[in-house]
Amino acid sequence: MFAYLVRRLFLMLVTLFGISIVIFFLLRIVPGNIVDILFAAAGYVDPADKANLEKELGIDQPLIVQYWHWISGFLRGDFGYSYVSEKPALQEILPRIPITARLAGLALLFSASIGIPLGVISAVKQGTKLDYALRVVSLSGLSLPSFWLGLLILTASVAMFGQMPIFNPNPQTWLEAFATYAVPAAAVGFRSAALTMRITRSSMLEVLRQDYIRTARAKGASDAAVNYHHALKNAILPVITVIGIEAAFLIGGLIVTETVFNIPGVARFLVEAIRWRDYPIVQNLVMFIAVVVVFANFTVDMLYAVFDPRIRYTD
Amino acid sequence: MRSVWALAAVAALSVLTTSTTTLAGEPKQGGILRMYHRDSPGNASIHEGATYSLNVPFMPVFNNLVIYKQDEPQNSLNNIVPELAESWAWINDNKTLTFKLRQGVKWHDGKPFTSADVKCTFDMLMGKSQQKFRQNPRKAWYNEVNDVATNGDFEVSFNLKRPQPSLLALLASGYTPIYPCHVSPSDMRTHPIGTGPFKFVEFKANESIKLTRNPDYWRKGRPYLDGIEFTIIPNRSTAILAFVAGKFDMTFPTHITIPLLKDVKSQAPNAICVVEPTNVSTNIIVNSSAPPFDNVDIRRAMALALDRKAFVSILFEGQADIGGTMLPPPQGLWGMPKDLLESIPGYGPDVNANREEAKKLMQKAGYGPDKHLPVKVSTRNLAEYRDPAVILIDQLKSIYIDGELDVVETANWFPKVARKDYMLGLNLTGNAVDDPDQSFYENYSCGSERNYTNYCNKEIEKLFDVQSQETDAGKRKKLVWDIDKKLQEDVARPIVFHARAGTCWQPYVKGVTVMSNSSYNGYRYQDVWMDK
Repeated sequence: MFAYLVRRLFLMLVTLFGISIVIFFLLRIVPGNIVDILFAAAGYVDPADKANLEKELGIDQPLIVQYWHWISGFLRGDFGYSYVSEKPALQEILPRIPITARLAGLALLFSASIGIPLGVISAVKQGTKLDYALRVVSLSGLSLPSFWLGLLILTASVAMFGQMPIFNPNPQTWLEAFATYAVPAAAVGFRSAALTMRITRSSMLEVLRQDYIRTARAKGASDAAVNYHHALKNAILPVITVIGIEAAFLIGGLIVTETVFNIPGVARFLVEAIRWRDYPIVQNLVMFIAVVVVFANFTVDMLYAVFDPRIRYTD
Repeated sequence: MRSVWALAAVAALSVLTTSTTTLAGEPKQGGILRMYHRDSPGNASIHEGATYSLNVPFMPVFNNLVIYKQDEPQNSLNNIVPELAESWAWINDNKTLTFKLRQGVKWHDGKPFTSADVKCTFDMLMGKSQQKFRQNPRKAWYNEVNDVATNGDFEVSFNLKRPQPSLLALLASGYTPIYPCHVSPSDMRTHPIGTGPFKFVEFKANESIKLTRNPDYWRKGRPYLDGIEFTIIPNRSTAILAFVAGKFDMTFPTHITIPLLKDVKSQAPNAICVVEPTNVSTNIIVNSSAPPFDNVDIRRAMALALDRKAFVSILFEGQADIGGTMLPPPQGLWGMPKDLLESIPGYGPDVNANREEAKKLMQKAGYGPDKHLPVKVSTRNLAEYRDPAVILIDQLKSIYIDGELDVVETANWFPKVARKDYMLGLNLTGNAVDDPDQSFYENYSCGSERNYTNYCNKEIEKLFDVQSQETDAGKRKKLVWDIDKKLQEDVARPIVFHARAGTCWQPYVKGVTVMSNSSYNGYRYQDVWMDK
């Protein structure tokens, strides 16, 4: 198990190094930089002013020098300054992380707490009207884009209740704080729940046909014990994989939801930073997301080992 | 006797009613004005930007020497009032503009305001000081200013190379705040210090901008509001829904398009909405330095093919204006009258006749039904650019020009235009001040940085100077019309239309005036109050 852990950790570091190179150079391949955008916004280009500004920001230096400045600073914990706000990048990024983390966490909770039980029910009641109804719900969850669902929720809220569930930066009670995140989390979690439900159902159906399930039933185990103790425990591996992927996706993939519900989280901030070619923000933020994704994968791998001892022994 | 009592009762009632009306109309102190902002401005320094995304939240932090009256919609030389100046005078054959400055004014950090601050501000704008702006988009406004001289702490003079009556119009713009000498340009980008009615509190990028009442404001009794909070909501649907739901007291100025205005009015019938010209023209930039548009016949044909009314009816349901370079009357002060406008090729009401003439020009240039001219129509990847570009492509088909839309991301738009890497471009030009000096010199003068097409006509250039020095407004207007007509005939930068847009606010918000000939000058907000 220790060797497995070390190997996975080493692989993780190599992956992160590769990602850092990809992030840095891809960003430079995109035409235009912050100086072009600033002058575009001002509606004129003054070559001397432009050159001065490029020099001031250090983007006139060779790419390899720029990469070294960034990556060595990153490793030292110096994330540089935002080109746009001229504030330390960390000061801009840090307050936004908990917002997105809360939203993603709540969406995942919604996804798991709705998706897994409904997936089990759908599998156990296979072929019944309930199963068909749940499959329709899950299909609609996969088909409806979350931005559309979000806008629909907002429009319906205004039309029906005269209320607008957009982000409240200063909630007075925990209920208000929960409400701030609950609606967008439900909008984005609906798709995720549908995916979880479908994976749970197919995985459960496969497990429910296994001999040991028949044996458990023959021994007189209750339906609940068979379904949730014996079957679900063995069907949960693919579900964990999906939830892990979804967790990673949600950190960076909440852009539409954050935009529609006007949530000042990481994802919306990242898109704005890309629009401005704010390299220090984009590089550090994408690197942060990469770290989260790599760690999520690492955690899933570790969970595999916990849930399936064969992985431990073979690796 | 009974009738006397009745009369007395009616009189008493009428007095009561009158006093109630007076009370309801009496401004109330207090309250935070909540407004959404359409995007996150890059920084907080008005002098370094060229978008009213900056003016709207930060103009309340500052004062100018002079300003357009904030309660009159139309900006003109006649409604400029003193602000940090107490009075002004033109002397020395109209070559020196002298201001007596207000005494006892303090910056938000407590330091006193003096003439040195005025000198500092304009020295920086003219590029004459040690401290430099990172960007200085309006440097050309002060081309005719030799220097700014102080005479004691409370008098300042602008010495000009030649008379320029409209300098006062430029100084009255929301783009011309006075900055403090003791704060660096970089600090002004992140934490602006002004003398204005509201103090800067915080600016969280992509989130919010907060201002609070300046209790030491030199104008006693102002501002009425305790503060202003801007929530940044780039998504227009979310922003408008939030306004409808009452989360905001006011929309971002001129943010409501004409088609959306109907939705707002149907969902929030009590909201007060005003539609005014934005003084932003949609125009076509033509690369006349390379084929095929180096051929004047093809340029003229293109101008003749335009059906401006179609643009206006499709995009604005008829609520936009057709004109030349200057904003058309009645809101515009300098726009050509209708009869003169219609005498310009391509502006006549008979579109089919114009297009027949255009086809002849195209055939002369070697194109026809069997040989179409393929062109790329480049434009920025924003709806207000893309939509008219698509209509333009459709209209050009009628004269054997096959247009292909070339959508360019904002970051690449001006570099592309600057290196002349386009054939036709659909462009928007905002005018900060409704004044020919600002528009002509910026957009059509030889060598100007914003003259994207490099149009250069020395004869017209001389006329720019003649109109600029003319002190008689009537004579100047006629000169301006002649110049504008020539610019359109030269197909220098064909103007397609001048846009209009809506601003809405809740009925309890009072004292709002939406400017009718500029989107850059009306955001001091010191007279706004809430009847709550």
